[in-house]
Amino acid sequence: MGALKIADREFDSRLIVGTGGFRSLDSMRDAVRASGAEMATVALRRVDPSARGSILEVLDDCGCFVLPNTAGCFTARDAVTTARLAREALETSWVKLEVIGDDKTLLPDPGELLDAAEELVADGFTVLPYTSDDPILARRLEDAGCAAVMPLGSPIGSGMGIANPYNLRLIVESARVPVILDAGIGTASDAALAMEAGCDAVLLASAVSRSRDPAAMATAMRKAVEAGYAARHAGRIPRRLYGEASSPVEGVAELT
Amino acid sequence: MTVTVKLNGETHELPDGATVADAVAAVGAPSDGRGVAAAVDGEVVPRSAWASHPLAVDDRVEVLRAVQGG
Repeated sequence: MGALKIADREFDSRLIVGTGGFRSLDSMRDAVRASGAEMATVALRRVDPSARGSILEVLDDCGCFVLPNTAGCFTARDAVTTARLAREALETSWVKLEVIGDDKTLLPDPGELLDAAEELVADGFTVLPYTSDDPILARRLEDAGCAAVMPLGSPIGSGMGIANPYNLRLIVESARVPVILDAGIGTASDAALAMEAGCDAVLLASAVSRSRDPAAMATAMRKAVEAGYAARHAGRIPRRLYGEASSPVEGVAELT
Repeated sequence: MTVTVKLNGETHELPDGATVADAVAAVGAPSDGRGVAAAVDGEVVPRSAWASHPLAVDDRVEVLRAVQGG
């Protein structure tokens, strides 16, 4: 599998994990290790003095690059401030930009997202925006200087897979930055489909963290991403309406 | 004398002359500041300025850290 290049960084793994939803840091550690991921997202929240353990130490142990997100922000202004806080906290200018428009669907707010992306790019951030599956919005984000585009397959945590494969294909065909399928993955076949559709990577959280056995599901996702990538590059056969025999049609015995 | 601020959404009394560094300590954040960031009235205060940034009455102070998410 070729390296995934985003901005000035290269990753051997094309699976990025979100760390939300795990029952414990131990469970997260096992799953992140099993996933083979080299990049993992974190959120920023008010300090809870009763919280035990440090997620950053665990992710360091796993060899993961930490990608802070702006989850929970509904306006460009809040998202920009959160990204700047994350830059302070984690000493990284990379950010997974999320600006949510609705707390029921958790779908992105396109206008606020684009405004925030433009402001953060101008401020020197490497911006990886979580976006809808709208090809025009993806292009606008790319034009704004985002280092990747991260269209959803379906709403965050829904496990509904890739709801609009046609739009995803349009995004993949026109993008000049990496396309990372972000959100909606339910099981391994969804991740494989995303890679077969030409995505450069898959970002998922709940599909692993809320599964019954997160480490086993993380292994499945790693294999699915690898298999989907390999299949995409191996060149699949065309779909045909009728069958085509794979055994020779000549030399068939006359037995009756 | 004390200064009353909103610290992570709660009313909090800090000694007069308290700085952002004192607020960070008051919420129990790690003293080395790793993974921690602070904002006053919606503006980020860089870690290098925590000890020199005084708090005023009614300042809204947010002290955040990295947690599982996304």
